[in-house]
Amino acid sequence: MRYIPHTDDDIREMLAVVGQPDVDALFHVIPEELRFKGVLDVPSGQSELEVQKRLGELAAANTQSGGDAWFLGAGTYAHFVPSAVDALISRAEITTSYTPYQPEISQGTLQTIFEWQTMMASLTGLEVANASMYDGASATAEAALMAMRVTRRERILVSDGVHPHTLHVLATYLGGLGARIDALPLGDDGRTAGAVVADDVACVIVQQPNFLGCIEELGAFGETVHAAGALLVATVGEALSLPLLRPPGDWGADIVCGEAQSFGVPVGFGGPHLGFLAARMKHVRQLPGRLVGETVDARGKRGFVLTLSTREQHIRRERATSNICTNQGLCLTMATIYLSLMGKAGLREVALQNLAKAEYAKRKLQEAGLELPFSAPTFNEFVVRVPDTPSAALARAREAKVTGGLDLTRFRPQLGPAVLVCATELCSREGIDRLAAALSGAPA
Amino acid sequence: MSYEEPLVFERSRPGRRGVDLPPLDVPEVDAEALLGDALRTEPATLPELSEPDVVRHFTRLSTWNAAVDLGLYPLGSCTMKYNPKLNEQIARFPGLALAHPHAPVEEVQGLLELMFELENLLATVSGMARVSLQPAAGAQGELAGVMMIRAYHESRGDTRRRKVLIPDSAHGTNPASAALNGYDVVAVPSGDDGLLHPEAVEAAMTDEIAALMVTNPNTLGLFETHIARISEIVHSGGGMVYGDGANLNALLGLSRPGDMGIDVMHFNLHKTFSTPHGGGGPGAGPVGVVDALVPFLPVPVVERTEAGAYRWDENRPQTIGRMHGNHGNVGMMVRAYAYILSLGADGLRRCAEMAVLNANYLLERLREHYHVPFPGTVMHECVLSDRGLADTGITTLDVAKRLIDHGYHPPTIYFPLIVAGALMIEPTESEDREGLDRFADTMIEIAREAHDDPEALRHAPERTRLTRLDETRAARKPILRWQPPDAS
Repeated sequence: MRYIPHTDDDIREMLAVVGQPDVDALFHVIPEELRFKGVLDVPSGQSELEVQKRLGELAAANTQSGGDAWFLGAGTYAHFVPSAVDALISRAEITTSYTPYQPEISQGTLQTIFEWQTMMASLTGLEVANASMYDGASATAEAALMAMRVTRRERILVSDGVHPHTLHVLATYLGGLGARIDALPLGDDGRTAGAVVADDVACVIVQQPNFLGCIEELGAFGETVHAAGALLVATVGEALSLPLLRPPGDWGADIVCGEAQSFGVPVGFGGPHLGFLAARMKHVRQLPGRLVGETVDARGKRGFVLTLSTREQHIRRERATSNICTNQGLCLTMATIYLSLMGKAGLREVALQNLAKAEYAKRKLQEAGLELPFSAPTFNEFVVRVPDTPSAALARAREAKVTGGLDLTRFRPQLGPAVLVCATELCSREGIDRLAAALSGAPA
Repeated sequence: MSYEEPLVFERSRPGRRGVDLPPLDVPEVDAEALLGDALRTEPATLPELSEPDVVRHFTRLSTWNAAVDLGLYPLGSCTMKYNPKLNEQIARFPGLALAHPHAPVEEVQGLLELMFELENLLATVSGMARVSLQPAAGAQGELAGVMMIRAYHESRGDTRRRKVLIPDSAHGTNPASAALNGYDVVAVPSGDDGLLHPEAVEAAMTDEIAALMVTNPNTLGLFETHIARISEIVHSGGGMVYGDGANLNALLGLSRPGDMGIDVMHFNLHKTFSTPHGGGGPGAGPVGVVDALVPFLPVPVVERTEAGAYRWDENRPQTIGRMHGNHGNVGMMVRAYAYILSLGADGLRRCAEMAVLNANYLLERLREHYHVPFPGTVMHECVLSDRGLADTGITTLDVAKRLIDHGYHPPTIYFPLIVAGALMIEPTESEDREGLDRFADTMIEIAREAHDDPEALRHAPERTRLTRLDETRAARKPILRWQPPDAS
């Protein structure tokens, strides 16, 4: 029992202090009929070496993302992560600490969150960002709930360009509340067509760039949405677009939410990832999740504390702005370290490399005779039509040791045989050339 | 050594870089021509630092945190137990850390198998029929559970049920989760013994009640001895019983929520199964259900085919939907799975036994020095209060802050709400007897100090880099981000 220190002597002596004859007697408060009599159907405990081997086998049965010829994104992106990120977050003071309830001995966590809030407010073009949400999908659902609280309205307009899983989570979250969700279709260019916003609409939700990779013209929405007294919510699927694209807040978005996994968080089979949520200061009391604020200690020195907690469930209970309790603290720390290492110039350069690789991939695919159905500008992801079927094209790609992208048949059957291709800074020119050959069926 | 460390932005010097990238191997592009209006013109507020700058900054910041690896972290209800290093190593295996959620199932069979097995292990431990691993945290698991209860009632055409019963000792997330799914919350008072009584539940039970949400052991550290009868009452009134799994640690191998009449419960993998808490998350909140609720589980779930392969099942007509953009916090599942394999059936039971022994031992050592609001044996955590210190003017907050001076993270304070000045202590099973004795001695010393030298307590902590922080000021004039000095 390598994680439990008690020796038989310890147990005997402690029982004597407690005044119980044996360990079983400690459980006399559990009524007899509720005692579990058998032995759990769980295998016997294993040594460290055995567990390592077992998990090694399970790990070996999965493909790893990333590398020269990996083109699958669709909401989870393989990017380069500097070594310092894992080295730092492996520090036990970061990994094994809890929610910073006691600020005097949690300043490391608190200052890191404050730095994160600053970076995300600036990247989104808004005034305040919180200390993270579970993931981009639940952050979007919480943004819709927040808009409903602010406007006291119950109808949500959502672009068809929002990731289908995000839309699904949104529908789940709103299911019990009598909210109505209406779709905004995409135009022929791949961007959300303009919206007619009635005066019962709480918010319009647009994803930037959208699920099909297209960069939306958010400015076209701002005025219409605000004139109807609704809020504009921009949800960001690929946070690495933020250093390159005009911040949604500048386009008039009132809430910007999304997924920041791209900022140094492992692909991790889809989680844990890093949801974020930013808003205007006038709505701060409706913003769910934790917030860190600056203050001073008894000697006047600057320090940080959790603040505006009266919005939260541990104080307001059923009247809280949301039920979110834990956040994604460790992922937020990864992202803050990543953004600090990248810095102003580095982050923009990575974003530019993504743009350049994707543009090169678009050109090569077109040269191979494939059609790109949408004319809207894109960042690092785009749709391509394949000559036969996505499954055949992706199988050809696998043959060529290329992970070719997402088969859109299930999500967008109306597009015909289409694949969503993502090119990041990790893929190489040669990998892109192989992709083009494989998807088109041309000899490499 | 104690450092001063500015904000990362204040360390910034124009022109420094912490990362270099390989040269672009494809033609450069004209971003302005491609993006037009959509191009960002003002760079974001990010620092400019070298790698050593960044490493020193975050290393220094980390030294200002208390952590389980530094010592006892007895936060009641948060279960801050030791986090095995093996689990951290395993979670970083590239085959686990870098698998892609949209990869074809045949390329991620190892992870699907892990999830399938973890589901079964959790079902076994809890006595539930099935488990969904998807919720990203305990509170999201609660929300999923309440949604399933609603879906169940609605599937039977039972639409009158608008209310949820919640004991006054409950975690704040319980009422918040119920409200977030459109339910009205009805508080049920605990008895003088800190327990929920059948009569109180019976009195509150109507055909408008969708569910009772209960934590067992409860937040006073007490086993709800009437749980079976209470479940019967709720069931016979047509309601469901939700079990908050925050304190499951105390029951492993000894008692199963499924046998108590609990219909749906969440697990906090980070509490019960030792996944580290990372300064506030990520957690993971799988949710287990009895047969009647299986059709409503969030999608997707993992199934095993007859051929022994694993696949996603999304085609479940009565599902409440999807709670997470992908498959949940899989990294936490990996750690929890490794932990369960390491402990096995005997180890899990030993965990609960030693957690309970430790809590009772501490309570026994402190009984004469602090007020104990409820008599009797506790489970894995115990609650004290500052009532015995009333004549000194010293409060729970002072005691907590003084503990910091002695190198301890304080217990949970002022919760549960039904005990004035509560101090809720959860030592967990990973603490040894000597450690508990040192902590008890310190608590006793502080109680003595409260009588002899109360001034010293009022100014605590004094041995930290910062002394008591002005939380009122932070809330009154919120400063929630750094602004460059030249910005007004």
